[in-house]
Amino acid sequence: MKLVIVAGPPSAGKTAVIRQIIKKFSKTDKPAYLKIDVVKAFEDEELHEEFGIHTRKVYSGDLCPDHMGIMVLRDAISWAEELKAGMLIVESAGLCLRCTPYTTQAFGIAVLPAVSGSNSPLKMAPLIALADAAVVTKTDLVSQAEKEVFRECIRSVVPNIDIIETNAVQGTGLRYLLQAISKYPGISDAETISLRGTPPLGVCTICIGKKDIGWQHHFGVIRPLEEADNIYRGD
Amino acid sequence: MYDELAYELTVLPGTNKDGEKEGFDRIIIRPGDTLSIVGATGSGKSAFVNDIEVLAQNDTVTGRSILINGEEPSEDLVRDPAKKPIALITQNTRVIADLTVARFLALHMQARDTGAQSLIARTIDLANEFTGEKIAESMRMTALSGGQTRSILIADAILIGQTPILLLDEVENAGINKERVVSCIREYKKSVIFVTHDPYLALITDKRVIMKNGAVAGVLEPGDRERAILQTVTGMDAFLWELREKIRGGELISDPVEAQSTRKKAGVPA
Repeated sequence: MKLVIVAGPPSAGKTAVIRQIIKKFSKTDKPAYLKIDVVKAFEDEELHEEFGIHTRKVYSGDLCPDHMGIMVLRDAISWAEELKAGMLIVESAGLCLRCTPYTTQAFGIAVLPAVSGSNSPLKMAPLIALADAAVVTKTDLVSQAEKEVFRECIRSVVPNIDIIETNAVQGTGLRYLLQAISKYPGISDAETISLRGTPPLGVCTICIGKKDIGWQHHFGVIRPLEEADNIYRGD
Repeated sequence: MYDELAYELTVLPGTNKDGEKEGFDRIIIRPGDTLSIVGATGSGKSAFVNDIEVLAQNDTVTGRSILINGEEPSEDLVRDPAKKPIALITQNTRVIADLTVARFLALHMQARDTGAQSLIARTIDLANEFTGEKIAESMRMTALSGGQTRSILIADAILIGQTPILLLDEVENAGINKERVVSCIREYKKSVIFVTHDPYLALITDKRVIMKNGAVAGVLEPGDRERAILQTVTGMDAFLWELREKIRGGELISDPVEAQSTRKKAGVPA
């Protein structure tokens, strides 16, 4: 079974890209789909209705959705294997976008909208850096020159990443992504799957519910303003 | 930079909005050809040039495929802007990138792998020939007007894109100097496709593609048969341009004689 992990900011077009992946592989690979979201998601119902595939969702609630993804991924693989799925597609809502939800033995896709501004690839560096492909969506909404400038902005963060530009609703240009997924090997040993990077997931005192502002009131991972440029870059 | 080869484009038919196959075998665009795409709004003109820009392979809403030199284009030609022989100026005159004009052009030059830094100044100078109020390199792209943005994108396509094929979607909009754009395109010997509602632009091209209901309804090759009307329209256009400039400059056009003399000068029959 192949594992495909899709991440990106809200409204980037992740589900539109996934829809095209399912369309392509629905006959040959019997895909199953898991959506991880914070409070509400409808994609599982929509995709089940549209393609008749097995879908599931899990709400992370007060946990970061990427924490949740890591927690449940092993169970999700077992679920999909029991269904005899040839492919498990996991869509993470992401949250702070500094995370790297991609694992070993999985094809990682970062979805970024072409309309998100030239600095956004820098802001999402870890999300892009450890992905196998960066899919740039909504390219029909910008001029050709701007599309190509956005591509350069991504390359300034990750010089050699595979960039695929698309109007995902129509599926334009996605053949290169689908080919790459086709070629990617399936899971060889689910017991040994691990995260590709070390995400900034250390539980801090804010995570456990302390509401006071100012680093003086916290311990563990703390940052005074003067050292705030200590930016996490995804390994 | 793209190879200095001749590029011949072939458009293979897709379907109209009702899913019926288009009524042509193939449309071939040879190096140096000029084409106009005409038709009512919503008839599929922009979709036609968009298919060419993305080098569609039955993966757009129209189902058309585009060949380069008779073959399916290689992955490089489709995906690497430095190898892509096509520049498209869309109707979109909004830029989202929060960059200065100079930085935007520098990044695009990097993407297209063309030229030296001096190209940036030349591109802005050329854009300023098309637009009214001047663009400076320190301005932010997001602060430019629609006409200024269009001007900079056209100059960028000509000098930084340096592509042999140029697609222009309704270049006559946004109040820029279209005659100057046309003469510039001629100077640089581009194959060019105009999506247009403008009689002048439609008449100066070698071929005219007529769109209807999302499909190509016909292709005209007027040859010399439209020469007389082109002359008249050129005169009218010059007259209107001069009048527009006067109105823009704040003049009161109270003297019909003066307007008449401009009209005569432009060679327009009364």
